[in-house]
Order: sequence, then C-alpha cells, then structure tokens
Amino acid sequence: MTALAEPTGAPAAWPDTYGDEAKPRMGFFTDTTVCIGCKACEVACKEWNLIPEDGLVWTGESYDNTSHLSANTWRHVAFVEQRKPLKLDGETATVETDAAVQPEPLRWLMESDVCKHCTHAGCLDVCPTGALFRTEFGTVVVQEDICNGCGYCVPACPFGVIDKRDLPRSPDDAPLALPLFGKKEDGRVWKCTLCYDRLKGGHEPACAKACPTDSIQFGELDELRERAEKRLEKLRAERWNGAQLYGHDPSDGVGGFGAFFMLLDEPEVYGLPPDPVVPTKHLPRLWKSTALAAGAMVVGLAAAFVGGSE
Amino acid sequence: MPAPGAGMTDRKPIELGEPVQNGRPGGTTAWRGSITELGTSMSSYYGRPVVKEPVWNPEIPYYFFTGGLAGASSVLHVVAKLTGNERLAKSFLYVGAAADAVSPVLLIKDLGRPERFLHMLRMFKVTSPMSVGSWVLLVSGGASNTAAVLELLGVLKPVKWAAEAVSFLAGPPLATYTGALVANTAIPVWSEARDELPWLFGASAAASAGAAAAMVTPVELAGPARRAAVGGAAVELALGRVMQRKLGFVGEVYRKGEAGRLDKIAKACTVAGGALLAARGKRSRAATVAGGALVLAGELALRWSVFRAGFQSARDPRYTVIPQKERLAKRKGGR
Repeated sequence: MTALAEPTGAPAAWPDTYGDEAKPRMGFFTDTTVCIGCKACEVACKEWNLIPEDGLVWTGESYDNTSHLSANTWRHVAFVEQRKPLKLDGETATVETDAAVQPEPLRWLMESDVCKHCTHAGCLDVCPTGALFRTEFGTVVVQEDICNGCGYCVPACPFGVIDKRDLPRSPDDAPLALPLFGKKEDGRVWKCTLCYDRLKGGHEPACAKACPTDSIQFGELDELRERAEKRLEKLRAERWNGAQLYGHDPSDGVGGFGAFFMLLDEPEVYGLPPDPVVPTKHLPRLWKSTALAAGAMVVGLAAAFVGGSE
Repeated sequence: MPAPGAGMTDRKPIELGEPVQNGRPGGTTAWRGSITELGTSMSSYYGRPVVKEPVWNPEIPYYFFTGGLAGASSVLHVVAKLTGNERLAKSFLYVGAAADAVSPVLLIKDLGRPERFLHMLRMFKVTSPMSVGSWVLLVSGGASNTAAVLELLGVLKPVKWAAEAVSFLAGPPLATYTGALVANTAIPVWSEARDELPWLFGASAAASAGAAAAMVTPVELAGPARRAAVGGAAVELALGRVMQRKLGFVGEVYRKGEAGRLDKIAKACTVAGGALLAARGKRSRAATVAGGALVLAGELALRWSVFRAGFQSARDPRYTVIPQKERLAKRKGGR
C-alpha cells in the first residue's frame, strides 16, 4: 500500500521511465532582485502559448492587473510596495509622508510567479485520467486531449497555480457526444508547460527568452541551484534586506521546486505559501484511516440488527 | 448593468453570493477588508487567496450524499437478508440501487468535458482518490443495479446473489472514500481534518441509509434501519464536534457564512430527526417518515456544510498561511 501510494512523480519513478529518452531535469530560477516588472514574460508566454485574454481590468494593486496565476495567466508578475529599506546598510529610496516626520524607507518588489513544477506534484498525483504527466525534462504538463475537466488538480495544488478555463469552446472542437450534459465552456485545466514544445525543439521557454534582465533564468536544475546559492551569498554580503531562496530545498514538503525563486521578503508577502506540502504526502495514512472507517461502518451497521426486526 | 470586463473573465465565479469584482472570484476590496480586520502580523498579497477554491459545482455535495446512501444501503441490504428480514432487505436494495444510479449522472454532469467521462477509466491510480472512487462507483453501481433489476424480474438467482456480494464489498469504500477525496487536497479545512473526514462521511452514510429505508418499510420490520439511522446520526454528530475542535482556528469557518448556516441546519435536523425516530419510530409510521426525512435533510446539509467550508477556507489566505507559519516556527524551535 505504502509503495503503491508513493507519489507518482517521485524521483524514483523519474527519469528511469523514459529510458534512453531521459533528459536532465530542467527548470527556472527566478531571481526577483533583478526583476523590473516589465511583464515581458507575461506577454511572451501568452503569445507563444496562444493563451486567451484574462480580463482587462484595473485592480489598483500597484502595477498588477492579472492578480494571480490562472488558466489564462501562466506567468504573473506580482508588485509589492513596502515601507521597508531595500538594503540594511542604510542605502535606500525614501518617501516623505509628512514634513514633520522623518522620511520613510521605500522599496518596490516585483516577482514573476510561475508553476513550480514540483518534484512531488499534487496536481499530477491526484489526476484520475493521466492527463497530467511528468515529461522527460522532469516538468509537469497537462495533455489537453485527455483532460476531462474533473477539476481535482485545482484544489490539490498547494500554490493555487492550475485552474479550469471557462471560456467559450473553440468552434473547431468536436461536437458533444453527450449533448444532455453539454457545456459551452472549454472546461479543461491549464497551466505553465515550461514550454514543453520549445524544450523539445532545443529552445528555452518563451518567458526566459523574453526576460530583459535575466531575472528568469532557465537551465538544468542542479546548475541553477548552485548558481542561486552563490547569488544568495552575494546578496547577503551586500546587505540586501530579506534575501532568501524559496523552493530550492529538495527536503521541503514538495521535494523541491523545478522552478524556484530568490525573494526579498517572506513568501506570503508575494502570495506564496510559506511551507507548502503535497497533499499526497499524507495519503498512505489517509487510506489506512479510510479502510478502518469502512470496516467500522460494516461492524456498526451489523450491530444495528442486534435486537431483531422491531 | 454588467460589470466592465464581464464575459471576458478567465474563471466563472463559483460562489454567487460572494463579493465578485471584475469577474474574478473575490473582489480585491473585500480581501483587503478581511485582512486589516485581522489584527495579526500576517502579511498577504493584497489579501488574495494562496490556494485556489475548488471548481466543483453543486453536483458534488449531492453526490457525496447519494454515494454514501448507496454504499451503506448495499451493506445493510446483505445484512438484512442474512438475518431473514426480506422486506427490509428489499428497501435497502432499491434505495441503494437508485442512489447508485443517480451518482454517476451527477459526477458526469460536473465534468468540464462530460463527453470524456470514460477517460476516468484510462487508469487505476492509488494516489488519486478520485480514480479509486470512479472504479469503486462503477463496480458498486453495476452490482447493485444488476441485483435490483434481477430482484424485480425474479430471475437468475445465482447472478443476483453474486451481484449482492459484490455490492456489499464495494459499499463501505464507496461510503468513505469521498472523505479521503476532499482531505487529499491543499484546502486547509479539508486536509487538516484528514483523520476525521472518512469516518464522518461513513457515519453520515449509515445514518442516511437507515433513515431512507425506515421511511419505506413497515415499522414492525424497520427496527435495524431506525437503529442505523439513530446510531449513525449520533456518531456523525460526535465526530463533527471532534473534527471542528481539532481544526483549531481553521475550524472557525464552520461557524461562519454559509458553511456555518448549513452546519446549524445539519445539526438541528439530525438531532430532531434522530430523536423522533428513537422516541416514536417504533409505534408511528408518520413519525418514522418525518424523522427519517429530517435525518436525510440533516446529512445532506452536513455534506453541503463541509463542501462550503472548503471554499471558505481556501478564499481567506489566513487559513493557509497561519498554520504553515506555525508549523515552520515549531520546526525551527525544535531544532
């Protein structure tokens, strides 16, 4: 039971399942300290992956008008305005709120968020159709011709990345085989594929290609992790306020991210969970408890017959 | 007048009663409010949720109810038969088969692509309670409906017995796996209740199966059904209490908003129905029907309450972030 309920994306299963076709695990290192909030990644992602428009709105939340990752937003740039110094040695921008008081420190954080392509991916583990799978690059991708829109992956993601698309279906779609149950919407789930098609062709993902400051760095995960450690040392030496790596540690609750980050504040400030855990981590115990409950139910129901028919 | 951007949104608002701006679930101003009232030091990204609310529709809590009803009825049917209570056994058989027949219709209707429902059977995946559940429902529904049809026609006795045996085996997992299904997510109020939910759903299933059969069986033969209903209801109420207490501060969603209202309705109906069945069920058919209906309503409201609580706990980042911060602090402190 325990062996069977092992997360399907466990390193034990990958990349051996690909045999000769196995590739090194590829990922992103998103270094938010050099992000300038230009959103070129959002645009490049949308153009390359033909993602529909995601709402033309003003949120009033700094420069962020896409708000969160969704079926139609696979890169999302977060903007955080803070009354905190950028560096701990006093070098910082300031804002004068009142002539009578000292000017306050000011910093503007930007972070390009993306699917984390977890080592233990909740979405992949719970997908009942096999639409979600792990590629030869170690990334997690939805097969859109398999997904039947059950929606289980949506609440199973600890980061709220994957989501169901409810836009009108394409006119090219096959007619409904079950007209009674018909829905007008696309109805499937969508998320970042780490540009699986581009990777197959030997190219880097569209967002990394478009990033003008190399905030989004694409490469072999092992190499990215080393690079990130060095970057962290440098930032600490330069006294950056709050510099920390997020998702680089293979011993965390999801076995480390395939796409990890350098942040300048706690993860929740950017809308990220501080201690994400893949739901299936608890599944062996949960199945045991379910089996016990099922057994107890039989005993309990049989006990209802004690005392005869009346 | 439609809001600007209406019809161009990426996701339909799930909760119609909730504040929705620009078509996104949860408007930004509402979020901000929920955070500033907090008075804790927790930060968030404009009060936006960290995890996504489920995209499941009302079919799903109704299915939790019908699936439980079917599973427990299949078990009770066989036990009633073994004890020689043929009349009661028949009630359980037909109630169970009907609930088993409705269940897949509800589930297929909820799919984003209903025409692809057979993709559920492309694989059997232990890491996905939904995959396991699809197979259990297929087996249970096939068996209980085969048994019911053969019973009606009065033919092929050995096949009927085999079908009854199969549905007896598939019933208990059918009644309890839905608890594992919702617990195996990142939704705080569900995942943190992983030790209780399969038991809670199992007890609720027992109560509803007993109540349903008691309503359609003469009182002098319906004793076991009444006892299943009253016993199941009592266990369910106790487990619900334990679950909400153990959830700690996340459990407050069961006292708030729609989940809170549904929780109150569930408790009131279940207590009233159970008491009526226990006190007057033996003598009065009318009391049995009224009590049974109340228990059924209570158990349905319970499923809805758990369902809505999941949405509510996903919507507020506090429920995701604060327990995780506490977990981190504990780990650091232990080092």
